[in-house]
Amino acid sequence: MTATEPELKQLPLSALHVELGGKMVPFSGYEMPVHFPLGVMKEHLHVREKAGLFDVSHMGVCFLKTTEVATGTEQAHLAIADAIESLVPGEIRKLKPGRSRYSVFLNAEGGVLDDLMITRPREDENQGWLFLVVNAAVKAQDFDLMQKKLAGKAELEIADNRSLLALQGPTASRVLAKHVLAAETMPFMSTLTAEIKGSPVVINRCGYTGEDGYEICVLNKDVEDIARLLLDDPDVEPIGLGARDSLRLECGLCLYGHDMNAEITPVEANITFAIGKRRREEGGFPGAERILGQMQAGPETLRVGIKPSGRAPAREGTEIQSASGEKIGEITSGGFGPTFEGPVAMGYVNRTHADTGTEVQLIIRGKAVPAEVADLPFVPQNYYRGK
Amino acid sequence: MTLKYTEDHEWVLIEGDVATVGITAHAAEQLGDVVFVELPDTGKSFAQNDDMAVVESVKAASDVYAPISGEIVAANADIVDEPAKVNEDPAGTAWFVKIRLSNRSELDALMDEAAYKEFIG
Repeated sequence: MTATEPELKQLPLSALHVELGGKMVPFSGYEMPVHFPLGVMKEHLHVREKAGLFDVSHMGVCFLKTTEVATGTEQAHLAIADAIESLVPGEIRKLKPGRSRYSVFLNAEGGVLDDLMITRPREDENQGWLFLVVNAAVKAQDFDLMQKKLAGKAELEIADNRSLLALQGPTASRVLAKHVLAAETMPFMSTLTAEIKGSPVVINRCGYTGEDGYEICVLNKDVEDIARLLLDDPDVEPIGLGARDSLRLECGLCLYGHDMNAEITPVEANITFAIGKRRREEGGFPGAERILGQMQAGPETLRVGIKPSGRAPAREGTEIQSASGEKIGEITSGGFGPTFEGPVAMGYVNRTHADTGTEVQLIIRGKAVPAEVADLPFVPQNYYRGK
Repeated sequence: MTLKYTEDHEWVLIEGDVATVGITAHAAEQLGDVVFVELPDTGKSFAQNDDMAVVESVKAASDVYAPISGEIVAANADIVDEPAKVNEDPAGTAWFVKIRLSNRSELDALMDEAAYKEFIG
């Protein structure tokens, strides 16, 4: 480490990761486990089969509160919704109490500054608040954006006294229901406040693996106890960042800074579902003109799935060519899909080559390897849709 | 028969003028689950430290360098078909290639087993 590099920050669970045999690496300024003794492949398969516990406390957890209207009323919700809607294209006004929505912060050109989860509290007295989770790598920038752009409208409370655990996999609901019964039947993309062993937690049914599961926001002082409690279930294994990445790639989810950045619009990123219906009609979000124009005319480039036909993984930065050898784009995430049992990738191509099944070629170590444009996700999503 | 090691975590088993080359158990463990192996064609020649083969885990790709100069006389198709063998038996059946040595003096600079053990700590 050179003198100019800042010290790696330690998360509250660092000691537990080391105790569990985690291989620690630097990630977004934190020392984090890339894998545990099981290894990336088995950790990935375990999450698809049973349940895995991820420490995602590096992410930016914060609360945004309206300062224009007294909290606890529908008006307070509308005030905070209007505030955040000036930064994101999502429908937040009509978000129901207790529900979450995936959205993106945009710059004036419609480029994605970050993607995030926005949750409206369930409780009447908390209306006027929003619970946000943003990416670790750009959280300082996100916090700064909100503090500057929403000055006089909203107050930001950075929850650095809290950690974030993700419990993911088909048996996650059985595991969590032992401690919080209501977790089992809460809807996908909804929130619940509860107690685990007397400690207050915020549970959101969402994740980054394509499986059913939860993100659990826990006080730092209690996170180790709660992590150990969840790990006590024989179905639950600790999972590192390596499998987190292969899981999200297989299920077609974007990694900010790789599959999306400030140059790319949500239309190009193929996440137009994050643009609310009313917002499409009304605009009023940063870059609306460009984004709505692209929705009308179609974007020049589009994020697609890419399936290499051989066994060689195509990594980030790999050139994508048309079948006739003309450069049409680049891989932005790529690797091996343990559940898919083969290489999987995503990248941007010219719209003319974006149809599923289009034959392309990838330049891997100087050689052209055949591939095709593929539907995302590579493995079916397994979200909870109620009983 | 002599067994030598490189700083790039390859083992080199010398029998006459042919060396069998593989990656060490330490390297296999560091890589994690191997999912792809690309080996050179037989008949191809390499200078010492040239990129010779590729081994990829779920997360990353790594080059395998020619530990010594020479011509490829055999490549292990088994590990191309079943890359996981590299994790199961890196020091044995999961050898990568056999190289006919073109410069024996290069062997002198390689580590013996004791030196390699010390190298990886």
